[in-house]
Amino acid sequence: MATKKKNATTKKKPLANKSKNLHLLKQMMRIRRLEEKAYELYTQEKIRGFLHLYDGEEAVAVGVIENINEEDAIIATYREHGHALVRGVSMDRIMAELYGKVEGCSGGRGGSMHLYDKVTNFMGGSAIVGNGLPMAIGVGFAYKRQKSDAIACCFFGEGAVDEGEFHESLNLASLWDLPVLFVCENNLYSMGMPFELAEAETNLVKKAEAYNVKGSTVDGMDVLGVQETSEKAIHYIRKKQKPYFLECQTYRYRAHSMFDPERYRSKQEVKEWKKKDPITTFTDYLKHEGMLDDDELDQLNNQVMQEVEASVQFAEEGTDEPLEDITKYVYSDSSGGEL
Amino acid sequence: MTQITEQTITYRQAVREAMSEALIKDDRVFLMGEDVGRYGGCFNVSEGLLEEFGEERIIDTPLSESGFTGCGIGAAVVGMRPIIEIMTVNFSLLAADQIINTAAILQYMSGGQFNVPVVIRMATGGGKQLGAQHSRSLEGWYAHIPGLKILTPATIDDARGMLWPALEDPDPVLIFENTTLYNSEGILTGNEGEVDIQKAKVRREGNDVSILTYGIGLQKSLKAAEELSKEGIEAEVVDLRVLRPLDNETIFSSVSKTGRAVIVDEGWKSGGISAEISARITEELLYYLDNPVERICGMDVPAPYARHLEQASLPQPETIVKTIKKMGGLHG
Repeated sequence: MATKKKNATTKKKPLANKSKNLHLLKQMMRIRRLEEKAYELYTQEKIRGFLHLYDGEEAVAVGVIENINEEDAIIATYREHGHALVRGVSMDRIMAELYGKVEGCSGGRGGSMHLYDKVTNFMGGSAIVGNGLPMAIGVGFAYKRQKSDAIACCFFGEGAVDEGEFHESLNLASLWDLPVLFVCENNLYSMGMPFELAEAETNLVKKAEAYNVKGSTVDGMDVLGVQETSEKAIHYIRKKQKPYFLECQTYRYRAHSMFDPERYRSKQEVKEWKKKDPITTFTDYLKHEGMLDDDELDQLNNQVMQEVEASVQFAEEGTDEPLEDITKYVYSDSSGGEL
Repeated sequence: MTQITEQTITYRQAVREAMSEALIKDDRVFLMGEDVGRYGGCFNVSEGLLEEFGEERIIDTPLSESGFTGCGIGAAVVGMRPIIEIMTVNFSLLAADQIINTAAILQYMSGGQFNVPVVIRMATGGGKQLGAQHSRSLEGWYAHIPGLKILTPATIDDARGMLWPALEDPDPVLIFENTTLYNSEGILTGNEGEVDIQKAKVRREGNDVSILTYGIGLQKSLKAAEELSKEGIEAEVVDLRVLRPLDNETIFSSVSKTGRAVIVDEGWKSGGISAEISARITEELLYYLDNPVERICGMDVPAPYARHLEQASLPQPETIVKTIKKMGGLHG
């Protein structure tokens, strides 16, 4: 995406390009099917611990990460299966991680909330709300000092906006002109706390602007909108060497985690949001534009389902880490035994 | 480490020289913290460094402990070698999320993929009538956390020699500098060379009792040992230097020789590092002990302001002397 031409920002429809659009669609489908399978496997007790699913929010990770270069870093949250997947961590290694196997992308040490992958600069997987933002500015700080063109891309929910770390990080990123994209995935609930009950000021861009950070809001259910806006944002960050704040308004279909009775929202509300489903609406759009027919859709579905099944197989066949390795990686030189 | 000639300097100068050396040797090193630049450091430790190394490498921060500590952690993960200065350990609690939930555990949580080579320096300790919010000794509390390395330089040589190996260490290292030591003067011998940050060190040899201590406790213990010596009791003073991972070998070797252990720690007694050391000694050396392990610690009270109260709440050489003289089987 870095090759985007200068005057391509005019009115014409973004990405009027079939293969690109099908790619975006497939990426969203991969996330959706992975999450559905994870849900199923959780009920079978194959996956344990906390499991936070991303269904409904796919357009955000797909749209943003589509514009991220190989050398850029991604810092995400505990609802990060989708981000890892579209970043290029294989579904096999993600599924194996959910199974707690050595073949998992964090060697089975992290689990659902702590996916990491050094090869793709995927830096978590942080399950403390707001905790990833200071790390993201540090990564941006280092890239700047190293005279690299790379940026740090940090995903977080609107709940993180309530944390001090959000405010400290935006201020520092702005003061020091750091190349950081702050992506706020506003899904309207921080666990059960409704957005409007948590924020004295619900215009989040205003908060960013208070720190002299440029920002915008985009419909997070619209993959093309997210893709186009974040492309511009990233272009701005690289060119100006300044941070940018992007709010993506989205919705999670499932409960916060698997232990959530969902007393805080109505079924009707969930139903309404599902009408804006990023995958269905984009599928309809592509069909309408003549870029997708039923056969092609079936084909995509089959490919994705095969990938999901293969990942389950891979995880099922994974190995358990030997107990004697339990202290390995507490320190760089610890291989086991006394600490 | 560059060749050091023997000279008398303050602890403060030793820390500054160590930072200066690191900044010269490795361009990945930078110093970041509150008032480290223009102000010269709250304790004047970094005076002159801004002028010498410039704003790119000596970075004044706003009062955002979590933000700039996390910034150092993130920069370390992708190849820098930051020295983060947190003004005092009390303020580090505002950065505890970054230190404990990220720096300490990132490598483990990521299955060995992301280590965090950050150094975080902070002032610690009481005794200066700064009241309950500025007088904590929380190094023992941080030593509870797997994944962190905890250093407590108590001498001029250690203040000078511990920083570089800490920066070379692939893991997060917290260095605790006791505020009452900054003005202390001593001879920088350079004998230490590069300090082995894994090892405790016997600062005074003796056969009758082992005093296990660190930081400001070292001076107090050495003073007590001199008093005891006048009465024919020879105390061995072990400077723990590193509170995590503890150097069991040096501790056990001293205590098995003397058969008596006294732990001197300014930190709170309950649940503190003194309790951990005591437990390790009894687990390992019970049958070598001639006396129960004694602990002389900070009292379990918030630091009082009034001088007489604060001094009473901290270990003093007199208390150490008195405690040891009461131990059974010791002449004098």
